[in-house]
Amino acid sequence: MLAFIARRLGALIVVLFGSSFILYNLAAISGDPIGALRFSDDREAEALIKELEEFLRLDVPPPLRYFIWLRGILGVFTGNVDFGQTRLRGPVSTELFAAIPVTIRLVLIATILSIVIGIALGIISALRQYSRFDYSMTFFAFLLFSLPIFWVAVLLKRYLAITFNNFLEDPYISMRWRITLGLVIGLIFASLFARSRRLFWPIFGALTLGMVGFLTFVNEAGLILNPRLGLVGILFFSLLICVGITFVSTGLSNRPALYSSLTMVPLTIVSYFGIQGQLNASTSIPRLLGFALITSAVAVVVALIFARQDRGPVIRTAVLSALLSANLIVVDKFMRTWKPYMEEDAVNFRPIPTIGQAKELLPQEDFWIVTLDTLIHLFLPTVALMLISFAGYIRYSRGTLLEVLNQDFIRTARAKGLTERTVIMRHAFRNTMIPLATIMVVDFAGIVGGAIITEQVFGWNGMGTLFNRAVSTIDLNLLMGVFSITATLAVLANLVADLLYSALDPRIRVGGGK
Amino acid sequence: MKLFKRKKVATLTERGENAISVKEVEGLSQGQIVLRRFLRHRAAVFSMTYLISVILFVFSAVDSRLGPIKLNGWWKYTNEDMPDLRYGEDCGDGAIGCPTLSLIPKFLGGNGMGLGEHPFGQDDIGRDYFALVMLGAQRSIQVMLVIGILAGIIGTVIGALAGYYRGTVDNVLMRFTDFIITIPVVIIGAVIGARVGNLGAIFLAVFLGLFVWTGLARLVRGDFLSLREREFVDAARVAGASTRRIIFKHILPNAIGVIVVAVTLLLSSAILLETALSYLGFGVVPPDVSLGLLINEYQDSFTTRPWLFWYPGFFIVSIALSVNFIGDGLRDAFDPRQRRRITRRDRMRAKRVNRTVA
Repeated sequence: MLAFIARRLGALIVVLFGSSFILYNLAAISGDPIGALRFSDDREAEALIKELEEFLRLDVPPPLRYFIWLRGILGVFTGNVDFGQTRLRGPVSTELFAAIPVTIRLVLIATILSIVIGIALGIISALRQYSRFDYSMTFFAFLLFSLPIFWVAVLLKRYLAITFNNFLEDPYISMRWRITLGLVIGLIFASLFARSRRLFWPIFGALTLGMVGFLTFVNEAGLILNPRLGLVGILFFSLLICVGITFVSTGLSNRPALYSSLTMVPLTIVSYFGIQGQLNASTSIPRLLGFALITSAVAVVVALIFARQDRGPVIRTAVLSALLSANLIVVDKFMRTWKPYMEEDAVNFRPIPTIGQAKELLPQEDFWIVTLDTLIHLFLPTVALMLISFAGYIRYSRGTLLEVLNQDFIRTARAKGLTERTVIMRHAFRNTMIPLATIMVVDFAGIVGGAIITEQVFGWNGMGTLFNRAVSTIDLNLLMGVFSITATLAVLANLVADLLYSALDPRIRVGGGK
Repeated sequence: MKLFKRKKVATLTERGENAISVKEVEGLSQGQIVLRRFLRHRAAVFSMTYLISVILFVFSAVDSRLGPIKLNGWWKYTNEDMPDLRYGEDCGDGAIGCPTLSLIPKFLGGNGMGLGEHPFGQDDIGRDYFALVMLGAQRSIQVMLVIGILAGIIGTVIGALAGYYRGTVDNVLMRFTDFIITIPVVIIGAVIGARVGNLGAIFLAVFLGLFVWTGLARLVRGDFLSLREREFVDAARVAGASTRRIIFKHILPNAIGVIVVAVTLLLSSAILLETALSYLGFGVVPPDVSLGLLINEYQDSFTTRPWLFWYPGFFIVSIALSVNFIGDGLRDAFDPRQRRRITRRDRMRAKRVNRTVA
């Protein structure tokens, strides 16, 4: 195994050298870095040209100049990497370190969400193969495959940001919208949950009516400008979460799991009142994580009280229910922050931005307002990135699950009388996740370099912007700096994916080990 | 909440199902079977029809050149004409250069079906937007086809050589593939586009095609690696077939499914790549026109004149979508394990077949 990893790492380094050499030369012949100056009739142009030629080492031909750049990079083995300098005479490394966190913040949430939603939809689609839901998911996925992200981004800016901001001036949902939204929600969820045609219409009707009623309530209570979950909302959603988690995780027939999960509902309500004082302007992420830790500990204790044997699944269920329910309290706090946020001068009742990473004029005092600001700025780019990337997960998880469901061990599991939930969740789903896990790793590595167009459209200053600048000003050091980060991550992710595959699937042995 | 429903117990005997599939392919050649399966994929057939008609429409609408052959378009304007900008009472709402396309017939209360003077409206200086979009679509389709064909050929050749010869050839070719696959396509495209974008769309396409074959090469290599071990290849070799004959006559026809499907998917990503590069400013540059470039130029006028944004977008999305569906249909058609959904009619037929067999 170690020999395999060592060999792969050796090959990796060769690949990185090769590809960086190709890219360097491609970029070097792609344009003249001082072309703009050559035709300038500025008197100082000649001096500038001379200076730039010296600075960029243009006297050395590109294939050799590559090695000058490489010498700096090879410092990675002695501990002092030198990415060289940009054309603006600043070190490339400072720009990179400023850009990487921005890009990660931009893409991380979108990637996680698209993985979760994509896999969920793909699996339901496979379980309902050849149903209307399955066909519409296939169509939907192909449609998303065919959308150029910049086009989607402009549409989102128009309809999700500007139109919504206009709507907030007079926040009243008209009857027509209420019915339309109700029909859409009803259609989506009814096709998700209806087991047969016969059940479709009752579920559809109930959901549509419920949605219309809910929207009317939202209207009358003024919840759009001043949203909150409140006691009733938290009770409702926490009940939904606990039952749902138990259903998927262990099945409702596992009584200890169900009871310990349901215990989380009153606990959530109690802590909702108990914790309000703690959620103030000085809250910080570590403190929230601390709360999450306490919540998990309580959940484990409750699970241990209820479970006599087979404690693992019960603990898992309880902890998941507890964390998700506790999240509701944070969501509620964010919703309560909405009104003060909109009243800030920097926001002025037009909350959804079309461009930028944060509102610069916003006072940086209140943790909740600042965090909400970050989240709202993430909203549009996240939706755009998700729309583009989760289609792949729908298709892939659907295909893999269908393949797994045709295997003999699934037939065996059914034949020995396991419940359908156990067959799907324990036997089929876990095996579906093996190839998916490897794809996810590679996707995560793509996060750092993967949003060139999105960053441009939404005006974020991340790796994509650096790359754009590097190409348009023919700044080789900057370009190679961006590339060496993204490419190293990509090849490492491929290695990790291979190792992960062999760790997850015992049939696959890497490196031909005995 | 019943997500997990028990699969219906198969009412068909294994024999009946087999009888259906056997009956279906009786006495047909491989090509006929594939064609028949493809024609059964309704979305794919529809997409094929749509794509062909779009190509015919787009290339006949304005002047197009295919090598030495020059076709004159039937549309009255070209991208260089500058008719008067329509505004004021012609358009209403104070918009300028509004579209005249009308699809609602008179008896439904519309203005009657027809193209009108400027079906897609006019741009800032009065150029006919229909002509621009048609020209842009021509470019984008040309770029798509050139990239697809070129990358298809290169990828197939490299993958086939690596997979057939293995050993050193394989090592060298696959390391080379690794070099290129490590560089993200957008980066390659941008670097190339920045240099050759001004030489014209076709040059851009050729250069892009030289770099996007990597995924296909890997697929073809894998297929060749497994096919070359099969008995029929041994048989051909023992019978004294030359290497070229084995590759082209024996292995390639068996790998053609993988290749065709991969190339189709390559086509749809090629059109998106071209539009994305043009949008970033690294692709096709003015005075040439492409769909991505049109969107880039007019995205700011979306609020006041949305049609400048909708029409090129519609063509990009619909072309990519139809290519994707064709790819899906081809994948189903070439997949030998693919069984079509057994319908009630098939069951009836199976019963009949069973009875006659028994």
